[in-house]
Amino acid sequence: MALDRSDVTNIANLARLAIAEDNIDQYQQELSSILALVEQMNAVNTDNIQPLAHPTDAVQRLRSDQVTEVNDREKFMANAPAQENGLFLVPKVVE
Amino acid sequence: MALHNLTLAQISKGLEAGDFTSVEITQHFLDRINQFDKGENGLNSFITISEKQALIDAQAADERRAAGNATQWTGVPFAHKDIFCTDGTLTTCGSKMLSNFVPPYDATVVENMKREGAVCLGKTNMDEFAMGSSNESSFYGAVKNPWNNETIPGGSSGGSAAAVAARLVPAATGTDTGGSIRQPSALCGLTGLKPTYGRCSRWGMIAYASSLDQAGPMARTAEDAAMMLNVMASFDEKDSTSINQDVPDYTATLNDDLAGKVIGLPKEFFPDSLDGEMKQTMKAAIAEFEKLGCTVKEISLPSTDLAIPAYYVVAPAECSANLSRMDGVRFGHRCEDPKDVEDLYKRSRGEGFGDEVKRRIMIGTYALSTGFYDAYYVKAQKIRRLIKNDFVKAFEEVDFIMGPVTPSPAFKIGEKSGDPVEMYMEDKFTLSCNLAGLPGMSIPAGQINGLPVGLQIMGNYWNEASMLNAAHKFQQVTDFHQQAPANI
Amino acid sequence: MEWEVVIGLEIHAQLATKSKIFSGSSTAFGAEPNTQASLVDLGLPGVLPVFNEQALAMAVKFGCAIDAEIGKVSVFDRKNYFYPDSPKGYQTTQLHHPIVGMGHIDITLDDGSTRRINVTRAHLEEDAGKSLHEDFHGQSGIDLNRAGTPLIEIVSEPEIRSAKEAVAYFKKMHSIVTYLGICDGDLSQGSMRCDCNVSLRPKGQEEFGTRTEIKNVNSFRFVEQAINVEIERQMDILEDGGSITQETRLFDANKMETRSMRSKEVANDYRYFPCPDLLPIVIDDEYIQTIRDTLPELPDQKKQRLMDENGLSEYDASVLSSTREMADYFEAVAKACDDYKLAANWVMGELSAALNKNEVDIKNSPVKAEQLGAMIARIKDNTISSKGGKDVFAALWDEKGDDVDALIDSLGLKQVSDTGAIEAIVDEVIANSPKQVEQYVTAEPDKRGKMIGFFVGQVMKASKGAANPGMVNKILKEKLDAKC
Repeated sequence: MALDRSDVTNIANLARLAIAEDNIDQYQQELSSILALVEQMNAVNTDNIQPLAHPTDAVQRLRSDQVTEVNDREKFMANAPAQENGLFLVPKVVE
Repeated sequence: MALHNLTLAQISKGLEAGDFTSVEITQHFLDRINQFDKGENGLNSFITISEKQALIDAQAADERRAAGNATQWTGVPFAHKDIFCTDGTLTTCGSKMLSNFVPPYDATVVENMKREGAVCLGKTNMDEFAMGSSNESSFYGAVKNPWNNETIPGGSSGGSAAAVAARLVPAATGTDTGGSIRQPSALCGLTGLKPTYGRCSRWGMIAYASSLDQAGPMARTAEDAAMMLNVMASFDEKDSTSINQDVPDYTATLNDDLAGKVIGLPKEFFPDSLDGEMKQTMKAAIAEFEKLGCTVKEISLPSTDLAIPAYYVVAPAECSANLSRMDGVRFGHRCEDPKDVEDLYKRSRGEGFGDEVKRRIMIGTYALSTGFYDAYYVKAQKIRRLIKNDFVKAFEEVDFIMGPVTPSPAFKIGEKSGDPVEMYMEDKFTLSCNLAGLPGMSIPAGQINGLPVGLQIMGNYWNEASMLNAAHKFQQVTDFHQQAPANI
Repeated sequence: MEWEVVIGLEIHAQLATKSKIFSGSSTAFGAEPNTQASLVDLGLPGVLPVFNEQALAMAVKFGCAIDAEIGKVSVFDRKNYFYPDSPKGYQTTQLHHPIVGMGHIDITLDDGSTRRINVTRAHLEEDAGKSLHEDFHGQSGIDLNRAGTPLIEIVSEPEIRSAKEAVAYFKKMHSIVTYLGICDGDLSQGSMRCDCNVSLRPKGQEEFGTRTEIKNVNSFRFVEQAINVEIERQMDILEDGGSITQETRLFDANKMETRSMRSKEVANDYRYFPCPDLLPIVIDDEYIQTIRDTLPELPDQKKQRLMDENGLSEYDASVLSSTREMADYFEAVAKACDDYKLAANWVMGELSAALNKNEVDIKNSPVKAEQLGAMIARIKDNTISSKGGKDVFAALWDEKGDDVDALIDSLGLKQVSDTGAIEAIVDEVIANSPKQVEQYVTAEPDKRGKMIGFFVGQVMKASKGAANPGMVNKILKEKLDAKC
């Protein structure tokens, strides 16, 4: 399916990606050609085929309910772009 | 022989014999990295060179050896792809987004290597978030192929491939989501193995497409790859998709007899459009296996051509969610002066991700969105089932499936970077392995126009040992794996 | 026009596991910010989830308790949205294959009648962190301690027809999850939260009206208030010929109104898909049966038992089984005094009155169940009178002592129940009151009953109130009648 400019803007918005106005046309063209490639799938009938989400047939393993983690806040938060009093800071969240 | 021409196995033996110390060989490789990797004409295969830490680790390895606790790996130098989290060492995944990210923990694969006392020389360059087939999408710049500085080394594990091919390290880790170990191994003349999905832990390996990603070794010989997989592979309780299956000694069966093994040649891997020289090279390599007692059988994997379309839904869909955590809040790149949270997200991500990453996130976002989910995502999962079924059926009658890794040898830097779809075609022979979760390998099989090409060996689930066995026997009767780029 | 109210509730209950749903971090409430946020909870690059077996067991237990289908294959999905308290940019939840399918509960209404409400499903998911809005130089602070706490989201069918029914449903769910011990039920700490979907339709119309969702209501009282003000708001709009906008609203208890949340979700598209980091959860009949075998007595069963085996009235049984705390307290009292009826009288009478008057929760009652039981036992064995019991209760409430017997002593409430001692006093009173004895003897037999009051008064006075009044009565009557 060929995308139009508003599709590109909507997708970028959903994915929270700022893209320059000047680049929209290029994305529109590239994404459309990728989708055209992808749509080759439609050549095959897949009725009655079960989707495969995981390559192996394994099932979920369970973890015993034990507290195994210790507080290592300083180290874990060392990469934070902004923090104060043990909290990550972000621009004011409005509810 | 110069130290850097030694294989992993030879280095291991040399350390054991006391021919050289870990500090000596580590310094030797560090000197080579400094000589060949940096500057305008350098290969650019490393993002981080851990010179200081490597020498500390080498010293510790020598002490461990003196204390009598050495393993096969103790003191042996190698490098990690910069996708593996390393506690205290910058881990960028080739992205501006993580250009300041110092993980507070080690990936399981990293831990496994550390436990053995292996010496990590640094973190290798890669396509951004492992998305690419040429290493041109790295925020840290393209990597040069040591066989020809104007060509790409392949991707996404291009830095690992170039570094090993140039003898800057004897081996390196890689990851393979759609061919990212096998394709650069082929284009740089290496032996690379993508194991069965679930063989190596994904804990600490920055996710691109979780149901496809798998770590594996990139080395010069099958023996080295086996030695490396022995340590990389493990069952890991921290990874729900890790499979609790014993890790065999992959080096123990390298010399097993190949007589009677059946090789399947899928006609879809040898289409009329395949380059004649490539076809010839592959046939010649397969003939060597016949000499070793294998029989050859033509088979069909009818869904092969659907691998590209299915992959470019599944991988982008998973990556679109996997990369959502890159939001400028807890780590990574944050834009200047965000005016609100939305602005923080959009600009941090807009600035932090390169074009290819953005394209794949957007394709994935679209494929999962309301109204398109069934047509794209579910459809792709169904195709994935068909692809797996092809293989399951084929492996009822053959032991290996062989064919080319790539349609052609390495192309020129910049040649395909303008057209994403053309770039995607580079992976047409490697993607189906990942979609099915099967192990796949690339071994050096000859040269075209002075550039190496690889033969792909695919095996049934958990058959890494027999694939390595086949590769090793092949390497006992051929010398493609011993060929080195000029000036090395 | 006459309107019918249509309500569906989505209740989020935090599961009482020790560790989080996908990591080994503690779920304890109230820790310093981000000290219970592991690599996994922070969503750092490269980390992976592993599912907590207790979260599974608790969800299955819940499913068994509401007589639901249990999903033998359930699947975790990713729900994609960006929000600072959602560290991965998606929430791991279950969309298409939840662990608990269709089930039901019965709610009791004010008139004593019961109604069955069907439960569409209950699924496992992870809680988000918290955004703290107090001023950090105009910024918000993010605490991810709560991120990854296991939740079950319980979704009702849109079968609830009034705010009162909604509260009854919420209370019943609260009592079920606390009876099961899978949730601590502490609403003030957010252990249970409720989203209320409310719509109106003309009576008799089958098609649903447009609904609004009131998010995160966290007390029984607020559920009733929020729904009622929302019903009124919608009715006003509809009566004026307007239409309802489908949206998410917040309840403001101070202003007694609901208001639209700045609609971040309008343009959202959650893009659910199966989480590739987690595999399908597969359980068999044996597993389900093992869990089923551990089910405790549930509220409805307890109520029935209190009526059938312990002889309580339906009303008493209903009140005493309504919450786990009440039931546990009551059962402990009954056990200590070995008398369900007396225990019920005291718990529903004196104790409830004191709790209500002082606005104390039963779990914080200063009178412990064992104390109340011990005191009732002393009434039963005639050590004290019922009136004396009230004095002991008051003393316990005011925390003047811990030990019931010691209090009886110090308050001098012990009754004289020794026949010999009472007879001696009776004899003395009879000897000292010849005139009154004479009047008694000569009176018409049917008048004597009234006249005995004088002698009882004298005996009680002489015993300083300690004589067991029943025994005094009996002995007096015997002795006086012997003279007639």
